[in-house]
Amino acid sequence: MSESSKTTNVVIAGLGGQGVLKASDILADALVRSGCDVKKSEVHGMSQRGGSVHSDVRFGSEVLSPMVPPGEGDFLVVLDGTQIEANLHALRDGGVLITPATILGEEGDMKAIEKAGGLPLTRQNFNVALLGALSTHLALSEEHWLAAIRANLPERAHAANAEVFDFGRAAAQGDRPAL
Amino acid sequence: MNLPNRMLLSGNEAVALAARDAGVALGVGYPGTPSTEILENLSRLGGSAQWSPNEKVAFEVGLGVVFAGARAVVTMKHVGLNVAADPLFTAAYTGVSGGLVVVSADDPGMASSQNEQDNRNYARAAGVPTLEPSDSQEAYDFTLRAFEISERWRTPVMLRMTTRICHSKTIVCPDDAHRPAGPHAPSFVRDVKGRVMIPAYARQAHRRLRAKLADIRAWNEASELNKELGADRCLGIIAAGVSYTHAREAAPEAAVLKLGMTYPLPIEKIRAFVESVDRCVVIEEGDPYLAESIRACGMVVEDKPEMYRFGELDVERVRRILCGDVSPEASPPAGKPPQLCQGCPHRVVFSALSRLDCIVAGDIGCYTLGVLPPYEAMDTCVCMGASIGVGLGLRHVLPEEEARRVVSVIGDSTFVHSGLTGLVEMVYNPPSTGHVVLILDNDTTAMTGLQEHPGTGRRLDRQPTNRLVIEEVARAIGISQVHVVDPTAGVKAFQELLSSALSGGELVVIIARKVCQLAARKKS
Repeated sequence: MSESSKTTNVVIAGLGGQGVLKASDILADALVRSGCDVKKSEVHGMSQRGGSVHSDVRFGSEVLSPMVPPGEGDFLVVLDGTQIEANLHALRDGGVLITPATILGEEGDMKAIEKAGGLPLTRQNFNVALLGALSTHLALSEEHWLAAIRANLPERAHAANAEVFDFGRAAAQGDRPAL
Repeated sequence: MNLPNRMLLSGNEAVALAARDAGVALGVGYPGTPSTEILENLSRLGGSAQWSPNEKVAFEVGLGVVFAGARAVVTMKHVGLNVAADPLFTAAYTGVSGGLVVVSADDPGMASSQNEQDNRNYARAAGVPTLEPSDSQEAYDFTLRAFEISERWRTPVMLRMTTRICHSKTIVCPDDAHRPAGPHAPSFVRDVKGRVMIPAYARQAHRRLRAKLADIRAWNEASELNKELGADRCLGIIAAGVSYTHAREAAPEAAVLKLGMTYPLPIEKIRAFVESVDRCVVIEEGDPYLAESIRACGMVVEDKPEMYRFGELDVERVRRILCGDVSPEASPPAGKPPQLCQGCPHRVVFSALSRLDCIVAGDIGCYTLGVLPPYEAMDTCVCMGASIGVGLGLRHVLPEEEARRVVSVIGDSTFVHSGLTGLVEMVYNPPSTGHVVLILDNDTTAMTGLQEHPGTGRRLDRQPTNRLVIEEVARAIGISQVHVVDPTAGVKAFQELLSSALSGGELVVIIARKVCQLAARKKS
C-alpha cells in the first residue's frame, strides 16, 4: 500500500457506560463528513454490563478490515485510567496515547478543573473532552467535529459539549485552567 | 466525495434499510446479539416489525406472510436458528410465494453467545441459498438481491451475517436503480401439494428443491455476487464475509476470489480460479465449510490450521495463516469482566442462592453473570429454557439431600421463549422431591438491550398489547404453589421463602418480580 492511501487507526477504550461507543460514533461521523472512507467496529452485548469496552475507528481512502490489527493503532484514546494497561497492545511504536491525564494533567481531578475553569465538564461529556484532545492530531475541520457532536447528542447537550470539546483541545496543548 | 445519501451504517441498520426499501410487509424475530438492531431499526424506519416469543414462531409467522405472497424478513442470532430449524428445513421444501429472507447472525468468538456454531452448515443441510455480505454496503445490496432470488426461485434465502458485519459501521450508498420491483399485493392462492407436507407431496417437494438448487448453482456460476480481484498468480485467496476484508489487507497483492453466495457454490468458477494460481488458500472464520466443499469437488486448496477455527479472524491472524504460523498467539491482557449492575434485583437472588448452597440450573440472560464472583451461584447454562429440563433431570436422579438443593433459574423473556414446555414437563413428570423454578421477572429482555416480550404487555414499538401473565400461566399449567415477590423488598424474607420451597417437596414457582433499573430509567 502506498503512503498516501495508508489507513489511520484510532482505538477508543474504557468501561461500559463511559461513552466509548458515543465517542467513536462522533469521531466516525465527523470523518464521514470530511469525505473519507471510514469503518468503525466494536462488539456490543456482554460488555455493556460495566465491563471493558473498546471501539476501533479506521479511515483513509479505502479501508478494508473493520478491525485495527493489534499493534497498529496510531492513536489510543482511553477514557478510564484503569484501562490503559489493558489496551496498550493496540498502539504501534510511536503511536499517540490520549488519557484523562492528557487534559487533566498528572494530578488532574475533574472536579477541580471544572471549578477552576467554570466548565460544564461532567462524567457524561468527558468522552467529548478527550475527542477534543484527539482533534489536535487530526486534519479534520472544527465544522465537521461540531456537526458530528450535534448529530449524535440531544439538543440540550450541544452547547456544553461544544465547550468541553474546545477545552479538551486547548488542554491537550497545555492550556488548562490553573488550579 | 460527499453524496447526500452517503451514510455510515451498521450491517444491521443496512439490512433494516434494505428490508424497508424492498417493501417487506413484516419483519419478525426474537432478540439476540448480534441480530437485535435489525428489527428495531426497521420499526424506526417506518416498517412493520414485531418480536415473537421465540425464533420458531417468528419463522412460522414469516412463512405465513410469504405464503400470502407478501415479503418478510425473519431475524435471529445463530443459536436462534436451531430453534427455528424445524420450519426452516421444511420451508425449503414448500418454497415461498413472496420473498423470504432469513437473517442468521453468527457470533464467531462468542462476544455474547454460548457457542460459535457456523450456520453455513444449515445452508447445506436444509438446502437454502445463502449470501454472505462483507460490509454494510453489501448487507444492503445482498438483502435486496436475496429478495429477488427468493422470489425468482420461490425459495427462502439465508443472509448469513457475523458479529463484525452486524455491528461494524461502514459507508452505505443506497442504489435506487437496483431495488427489486415492488411486492405483490397479498392474496391467497391455494397450493395444497406445494404446502401440505404429507409424505406423498413432500417426496415430490424434495425433488423440486434439489432441481431448484441445481438451477441456482448454475446461475451462481456467472453471478456478479462473486468477484475476482487482483492479477498476481503466485497466491490466490478464496474468502467471503468479513474474512475477505482481512485477507485483502493482509495480502494486498494476492488474487482473490470473493464469494458473495456461499450456497450453492459456483464450483466451476472456483475450479477455474484454483487452476489459475500457483497456491490457493481458503480464508474463512469458523468451520472449514468452504475448504471442505471445495476439496469434496476434487480441488487442492490449503485451509487454516485448526487453531484458527476458534474465535474471530483479523488481519494479523490471516497473515499467520498465509505463512503457516502455528506458534502460540499472544493473548491480549484480560479486561474488566461484565457484572450485574449496582442495584440490580438479580443480585439479591444470587446472594440467597449462594448462601443456601443451591445447585443452580441456569439459563440465558443477564443473570447468567451470577456464575461469576462474588456469587458463583450457577452450575449449568446450555441454551434458552434448558434450566427447567436440566433441573428436573438432576432432581430425578440425585440422592435426596442433593436433589433438594436443585433450583431452576430463568428470566421472564427466556421463560416465554422456551420455559413454558418445561413447566408442563414438571407437572407431568414431577420429581419425588418436588422442584423449584425461580423466574427472574425484570419486565424486559435486558441482556440484548431492553426489548419487549409477551410478558411486558408492550409490542416492539412499545405500544400496549395483551399481556401474558406468568403467574396465571403457571397456575393454569397445574403448579399449585406460585409465589410472586419483590426480592429487594426483604432480602431475608426472600431467602426464607426459597429455603422453605426447597425443603417442602412440592412443585413451586417463585416469580421474583422487580423492573430492571436500566429499563425503568429508559422509560422515565
